[in-house]
Amino acid sequence: MAEPTATSYLNAAYTARSWLLTLDHKRIALLYMVSITFFFFVGGAAAVLLRLELLSPQADLVVAETYNRLFTIHGVIMVFFFLIPAIPAVLGNFLVPLMIGAPDLAFPKLNLASWYIFMLGGSLCLVALLFGGVDTGWTFYTPFSSLYSNSNVMLTALGVFVAGFSSILTGLNFIVTIHTLRAPGMHWFRMPLFLWAIYATSLIMVLGTPVLATVLVLVALERGLGIGIFDPRLGGDPLLFQHLFWFYSHPAVYIMILPAMGVVSETITCFSRRRIFGYSFIAFASLAIALIGFLVWGHHMFVSGQSMYAGMVFSFLSFLVAVPSAIKVFNWTATLHKGRIRLSTPMLYALGFIGLFTLGGLTGVMLATLGLDVHMHDTYFVIAHFHYIMVGGAVMGYLGGVHFWWPKISGRLYSEWWGRLSALIIFIGFNLTFFPQFLLGYLGMPRRYHVYPPEFQVFNVFSTAGASILGVGYLLPLAYLLWSLRYGPRAEGNPWLASGLEWKTPCPPPVHNFDATPVVRHGAYAYGPDGELRDA
Amino acid sequence: MKGPGPRVYAAVYAALMALLGVTMALSAVDLGPFGAAAAFSIAAFKAILVALYFMHLRYERGLLAVFASAGFVWLGVLALLAYCDYLTR
Amino acid sequence: MPEEAIFEDALERRQAAALGMWTFLATEVLLFGALFVAYALNYHLHADAFREAARRLEHLLAGANTAVLLSSSWTMAMAVHSAAAGRRRSLLAYLAATMLLGAAFLGVKAIEYRTEYEHGLFPGRFTWQGPAPARLFFNFYYALTGLHAAHVSAGLAALAWLWLSAFRARLDPRSVAAVENTGLYWHLVDMVWIFLYPMLYLMGRAP
Repeated sequence: MAEPTATSYLNAAYTARSWLLTLDHKRIALLYMVSITFFFFVGGAAAVLLRLELLSPQADLVVAETYNRLFTIHGVIMVFFFLIPAIPAVLGNFLVPLMIGAPDLAFPKLNLASWYIFMLGGSLCLVALLFGGVDTGWTFYTPFSSLYSNSNVMLTALGVFVAGFSSILTGLNFIVTIHTLRAPGMHWFRMPLFLWAIYATSLIMVLGTPVLATVLVLVALERGLGIGIFDPRLGGDPLLFQHLFWFYSHPAVYIMILPAMGVVSETITCFSRRRIFGYSFIAFASLAIALIGFLVWGHHMFVSGQSMYAGMVFSFLSFLVAVPSAIKVFNWTATLHKGRIRLSTPMLYALGFIGLFTLGGLTGVMLATLGLDVHMHDTYFVIAHFHYIMVGGAVMGYLGGVHFWWPKISGRLYSEWWGRLSALIIFIGFNLTFFPQFLLGYLGMPRRYHVYPPEFQVFNVFSTAGASILGVGYLLPLAYLLWSLRYGPRAEGNPWLASGLEWKTPCPPPVHNFDATPVVRHGAYAYGPDGELRDA
Repeated sequence: MKGPGPRVYAAVYAALMALLGVTMALSAVDLGPFGAAAAFSIAAFKAILVALYFMHLRYERGLLAVFASAGFVWLGVLALLAYCDYLTR
Repeated sequence: MPEEAIFEDALERRQAAALGMWTFLATEVLLFGALFVAYALNYHLHADAFREAARRLEHLLAGANTAVLLSSSWTMAMAVHSAAAGRRRSLLAYLAATMLLGAAFLGVKAIEYRTEYEHGLFPGRFTWQGPAPARLFFNFYYALTGLHAAHVSAGLAALAWLWLSAFRARLDPRSVAAVENTGLYWHLVDMVWIFLYPMLYLMGRAP
């Protein structure tokens, strides 16, 4: 093992100050990585308790009140403090400047501020948790959240509100960076598709999050100052909350999935040694998903009292949003066709993503069907659907990306054997956890209930068993990736022989990224007919 | 450094004040359902004046105008689809 | 990474800053806009009660306030112009004028709130016996004008900071950009009020 002689962003300085006051996008990415991993396990702990309670039909572990708080904190933490920031704030922060050939993001100080704001929001939610959490569900529906709940709604809403600003600033930074800092020759259509995904995601972050901020402020105003606008006694409409909330929260799920799709485009091409099939289709599909994703929010409200006609409009638009996603799946599949497939760990995650996302997406189309949704709304079918997308899709995309770029980020190689084993364990554990939930939902088990009819027990037991396997699967990468930091073989420049500007820097890169501004002469995914890298 | 001169600013200012007067006067007249539309249109016109001249949109590159309108367009989406619900209940 | 090394030149940095600022303004449009849409939808549901409630507002005072804010937008535009032309004294004068007008706006707003408090129209002390949705109207009124006033206050703080920097140091491209961007923010806050005033105050006026 040769000792490193070059200074990288990791060993440029060792003080706490150099980390906590860094302006280097790569260090900020790592700050985020540590934070979101922490939040992931907090949210995961809540899930463990939920699944333990659901092992038996009666309430034996927790009372109803506590159960409500558990699923609420699971949702709030996982959505706002893990899924939304995961790929953009970790992989996006690390890779965007590298992929476009820039020394950093456009606004490094804003980037650091983003992280601190994120931590402030997260801390507020953790404090709320310590005070007993909140029981409204992560969706904070009124008038329960605004008038009747006795839990820490304001504190949690404040935490989420604050974290929203982190999201907005990150998205703003990415948008400006991609517009202004691309290296000479890096035209829009020469960018890796990961950047298109991040750009589309940033559009959503910037355009959707302010509405969430507004609606949370309104809930806080109603609770704190009696300035109620959702109060039915005054003539207010509780449904207005849902409109405003879902206007953000539906596009939010595309914030979660689009970057994962970007990762898949990168890994699929590298591990089939082929250019992507239909580059511009995938690029435009990313934008289309971001755009159409804003038009469909009413599909969360089919049975809420929303007008039937509006329901029909939203149903139709929801079918439409499946189209660009499907286009991507077709294009990835076509990329795989006749490729020289290498089943490395990132590839396993990418393949898992394609399968699980497709299943999750198809069940989404089922839920978008008005008639079916009347039957399945608020059942475990919905839970299974979104976990297939968010966990089977987004989390696996995140893990695949972490593994793919790990040599670049850390300068070390992890053990492929452990990597592949964990990917397999995660895949099996995931399906065992969530597939039975489709059946449970279809059979009528409602969500957010800790008691259920005894005939549902067998599926719940399978689900909990799967969850325990999934938990092991998540702990393994934590272990072997940390282990590799110290004992893993050092990585050289481009261990995967992947195409892209980021692979032209050392592993790990120096603080300033590129010694000289790169000049780009060809498009992304420069793999030749024999799968060789043609990235000169 | 883009941007018009003090003359243009003064002219726009005068126009804005005049339009304020118009909107206040008009509000006392019963225009039925067009009252709200009239008020909104005048306000929109004033806003466009502020955006184009005070905020220099007229003198900047097109991309900024796209960004500037994006917020309003998205707001339009929210309003349109939410009204879909409220108008047909 | 020192920020100077990121951009090719000052022009690129200015363009990036302008893009960033307009992106941020778009988020503000959506922040206020969501509240506007919420108000509009409720107005649609309770038009008569809302109109009756709107008549209780001090629309003439608020009209004068609108003139104050429009004037501050004009002085802000002149401030930006002075900064770009390198005229420091002019800049300081126009910034001061903008701050004064902004503070006056907040002062008048405070007077309005006080009047509403005395008339029993304040949340927590709502004693006016009107139709139930009228209370809803007032809640929107406080939410909208409150959010706006908070933004004006933040703008005043930014203006004060700008004034101090211009007072202490020479004008350089970075500080000119700061004045420009603060100007953009201030104009946006003005734009919000341009919509707020007629939609809140003037709806109930016509018979």
